[in-house]
Amino acid sequence: MSEWWTYRLDDFLLFSPRVYWRLFEAHNAALWPLHLATMLAGLSLVVLILRRPGRAMLWTGLLLAPLWAFVAWTFLLQRYSGINWAASYAAPAFLVQAVLLLAAALMPGGPAMGRLDAIGKTGLGLVLAGLLLYPALALASGRPLAGAEVFGIAPDPTVLVTVGLLLTARGRWLAFLLPIPLLWCLFSGLTLLAMGEAQAWLLLAGTVLVALLGTLRLVRRGSRAVRE
Amino acid sequence: MATAALGTAMLALPPGRALAQPAPLARAIPSSGERMPAIGLGSWITFNVGNDAALQAECTAVMAAFFAGGGRMIDSSPMYGSSQAVIGRGLATLGHPDALFAAEKVWTSSGTNGPAQIDETRRLWGVERFDLLQVHNLLGWEAHLDTLQAMKAAGRLRYVGITTSEGRRHDLVEQIMARQPLDFVQLSYNPVDREAEQRLLPLAAERGIAVIVNRPFQQGALTRRLDRAPLPDWAAEIGATSWAQLILKFILAEPAVTVAIPATTRVDHVRENLAAAGGALPDRELRGRIAAHIGAL
Ligand SMILES: NC(=O)c1ccc[n+]([C@@H]2O[C@H](COP(=O)([O-])OP(=O)(O)OC[C@H]3O[C@@H](n4cnc5c(N)ncnc54)[C@H](OP(=O)(O)O)[C@@H]3O)[C@@H](O)[C@H]2O)c1
Repeated sequence: MSEWWTYRLDDFLLFSPRVYWRLFEAHNAALWPLHLATMLAGLSLVVLILRRPGRAMLWTGLLLAPLWAFVAWTFLLQRYSGINWAASYAAPAFLVQAVLLLAAALMPGGPAMGRLDAIGKTGLGLVLAGLLLYPALALASGRPLAGAEVFGIAPDPTVLVTVGLLLTARGRWLAFLLPIPLLWCLFSGLTLLAMGEAQAWLLLAGTVLVALLGTLRLVRRGSRAVRE
Repeated sequence: MATAALGTAMLALPPGRALAQPAPLARAIPSSGERMPAIGLGSWITFNVGNDAALQAECTAVMAAFFAGGGRMIDSSPMYGSSQAVIGRGLATLGHPDALFAAEKVWTSSGTNGPAQIDETRRLWGVERFDLLQVHNLLGWEAHLDTLQAMKAAGRLRYVGITTSEGRRHDLVEQIMARQPLDFVQLSYNPVDREAEQRLLPLAAERGIAVIVNRPFQQGALTRRLDRAPLPDWAAEIGATSWAQLILKFILAEPAVTVAIPATTRVDHVRENLAAAGGALPDRELRGRIAAHIGAL
């Protein structure tokens, strides 16, 4: 692109905030009351990590993989790509992430979850933010609750809950499981920023935090492996 | 003579009617002499509403009001998400108004992909041919201009143009305008973005190239900013009842401008914009005052 420095972030925004937020209203209306099931599934994963961490990765993978594929198909492809062609490129990446989550859950040597050190606890904080805070953002921003973004239904909270859960995991798998969610957080955060939405900062701060903590996990693991 | 007769007829009308139906200003396209109503309709962002049926119906209502008010030129681009499909749907609902002047763009860096993109765009609009095709932001301009000129020569296109916005690449735009046989150039121009006055507008007048003005309201940022201040009393001297009308009248008073293409999601705004092309336009002194006043706010 020539004279790229003359472009502002909002020059890349193809749609108005009104059209964007109405996507969620239509999406929720079409899928209600599936939200109750996805929220319950998300909360169950938190309980599982706290009570039975040994089985957590299996169930995390088995639950998250279909939800990533579901969000890719029903939201990214069937709704969002209509106003933003970039969403049609994000959808295959969501499917790849679904496969990776499934592989991490089923393959021998997959990551162990439930590590509740400071990094893991921060991760659980992000999970709870994605499950409980995210839907409330609609009301806080003066939008109708009918347009709330819900885990397993809308991309942002689904991604946030996923990265939060993954921060309780250990092992080199993180290097494969984190990049796609982080890229999404960055893309969606910048989109919201261009729209002038304050919640952009939640996603952008989340991206930086998870990238740092995820790297820390991997580095520590690496240095331990060297010592051993 | 004809104008004088029309003027007498207008005077004979009750004042209310004369005001409600001002003759919309039309400008000639220099390369053909065809007259074009001076307010068109843009579609960037405003018409990208995806599959939202309620918002699609709003866009159709805007188009209906646009045609009812004497508008002709609708401008879009493959870059504008679902806007082309939304326009196509609106045109079908309105029974493909004869008045339509379909202005589109080709937007791909690959010259070989141009014809396929144009075909897809035509399918989305549901039209047999476009009136005007423009090379969007000069992307792949050399190859696309060859394609467009060939289409024009074969009778599959009426006019050829190029676009830029926000003052970008005026040097190259100037070179192309000077060397290529263009019918139209599209650029940004309003009381605060006046770079085009330096070289491009005089060159367009000299070379007989029609000028389409995009971003008259800086994508709404200008009108939103001005809305905080009261409209000056002297706006009434030229019949402007809003900031938007004052801006459009400023733009249209520049003789090199053929048509301005504000975009809107609102029927009242499309009517207000069309009405700006009726009645008086500011003279040189008043244009200076408009620019100074708006620039200071
Ligand atoms: N490089 C290029 O080729 C290029 C670049 C830019 C633009 N364009 C073309 O030019 C068109 C116009 O530019 P634009 O859409 O960027 O910006 P614009 O026309 O300057 O501004 C559009 C905004 O102005 C508001 N508006 C319209 N009429 C109004 C009125 N009477 N009073 C108050 N606000 C009003 C609209 O809001 P409401 O919906 O509330 O009315 C809309 O948000 C585009 O749609 C596109 O077709 C081409």
